[in-house]
Amino acid sequence: MSEENQVEEQPKPLILEKLEANHADALLAQDESRGTVVVTVRKEQSYAILEYLKTDPELAYTFLVDVTAVDNSQMESELMQFDYARFMVVYQLYSYQGQCRARVKVPVHENDLNIPSVTTLWQGANWLERETYDMFGINFEGHPDLRRILMPDDFEGHPLRKDYPLRGRGERERFNFDKQNM
Amino acid sequence: MQGGQERATGEKMVLNFGPQHPATHGTLRIVLELDGESVLKATPHAGYLHTGFEKLGEHLDYNQYIVVTDRMNYLSPLSNNFGYVLAVEQLLGIEVTKRCQYIRILMAELSRLADHLLWLGTAALDLGAFSVFLYSFREREKLYSIFEKTTGARLTTSYTRVGGVFRDLYDGCEEDVRQFVTNFPKALKETHTLLTKNRIWMDRTKGVGAISADAAIDYGLTGPCLRATGIAHDIRKAEPYSSYDEVTFEVPVGTNGDAYDRYLVRMEEMIQCCGIVTQVLDNMPDGSVNLEDNKITMPDKSDAYGHIEGLIHHFKIVMDGHGVQPPMGEHYCATESPNGELGFYIVSDGSGTAYRIRIRPPSFLHFQALPHMLEGGMVSDTVAVLGSLNVIAGELDR
Repeated sequence: MSEENQVEEQPKPLILEKLEANHADALLAQDESRGTVVVTVRKEQSYAILEYLKTDPELAYTFLVDVTAVDNSQMESELMQFDYARFMVVYQLYSYQGQCRARVKVPVHENDLNIPSVTTLWQGANWLERETYDMFGINFEGHPDLRRILMPDDFEGHPLRKDYPLRGRGERERFNFDKQNM
Repeated sequence: MQGGQERATGEKMVLNFGPQHPATHGTLRIVLELDGESVLKATPHAGYLHTGFEKLGEHLDYNQYIVVTDRMNYLSPLSNNFGYVLAVEQLLGIEVTKRCQYIRILMAELSRLADHLLWLGTAALDLGAFSVFLYSFREREKLYSIFEKTTGARLTTSYTRVGGVFRDLYDGCEEDVRQFVTNFPKALKETHTLLTKNRIWMDRTKGVGAISADAAIDYGLTGPCLRATGIAHDIRKAEPYSSYDEVTFEVPVGTNGDAYDRYLVRMEEMIQCCGIVTQVLDNMPDGSVNLEDNKITMPDKSDAYGHIEGLIHHFKIVMDGHGVQPPMGEHYCATESPNGELGFYIVSDGSGTAYRIRIRPPSFLHFQALPHMLEGGMVSDTVAVLGSLNVIAGELDR
């Protein structure tokens, strides 16, 4: 309990202060969990915010640690909070300068799976976005090479979606070795 | 490397490297577009070892998933075990006993040694230095004997548990480890004399596969590959997890970010590992290795057989929906695995199974940066660069 009180007494992290000052309209939610600032932002401004976090000299979140997504279709509380957006694209950032982490989350609706690609900001985003596309079907607009990466090119469906069964949809049984060898 | 472009005749050849090439150390593939012997374009392909570990995480309970983490980076399963349970424990908001933290650090550092040794042997073997392979595997074998005695397995260790470890160190473990770290620097010196100033080794690795510090950050490189570019960043120092703030060690860095610097950084890291291991053994606290919380750790076998409470606790832990249940929320926990930043992002819906587990593998981003290091170089450098990155296919594809 005492630790929780200490966290509340600390001043607001710089990143939240600056985001509120410059991009207040884009913020949907903010939180701080175990030393990491978590902000949820509107999809329309997600690129601008990530660019700001990377290029601002005081924040300098120059290292894109990870890009992934979560299918919230079986998580009622998350769905309710963000206007029934099925997917949440998650960016993990790290600042070598401030030695701190931040997490940016972007809700994406199922009827509009497009989201701006950040490959122009980080080269490393290329494969991370491809994997997210492969696993969830999120369409990263402006990505130079949006192909499947882990699954075969002719695979149908997106395996990490909650409606995709653990044991597949019969791909293994239907796999045709003769056809594949052609 | 020099003169590659001048010799160009305009005739392109496509060379398929892998997925079964012995130098790929696993199933990965690179399509090389060559002009003569110079690489014009390299396209890495991943996915040959995709096993659906992230999907599995949504169907196994928190302790069952430890078994899966062994199979990610199969050269250092103990580091993966450690990173994963740490993420779950932070999500639960618990801290394990001091002795348990020290044991975990001990095993993680020994597995870093084992990982670097295997890397050293195979990377040198790829470039034709066969005796280095024998020397490093001789040392690695000693480590694997210690792992086997401690965890009961050489490869699939599954040593950690949420809230503790599978069992305490065996009697005589300290002597075995001390003997190893006393003799190891001498053994490593043999390798230094074979490679470090070796004309062939230097020609094959110096200036090969170089990457600048800015590009390394841009591509998301971590671990020895990042430190070889001159950035002294180590998660054990920057965000000390477990008891890493109680040990002292140096973070070796390189200058050029080439294959030779990556080699030197790893060699020095092994020496630092020995220092950490010695400190851990010197200060090893007494006490229990498991958390005294029957909602999280298994009770003693004698308790489970002899007392009704013990039996109930045992039963509840293994029953679906009664075991470890972190509160609703999410957490990203990064640890310094031998290859770099290994992160686990866990989303919990409050049940006994994770809602989503994302593994952030270092090898995935290292493999992505490969074209940057290969293009413009010679085809023979491909093996040297790939070897220096230590891409592990199990971790790459998960």
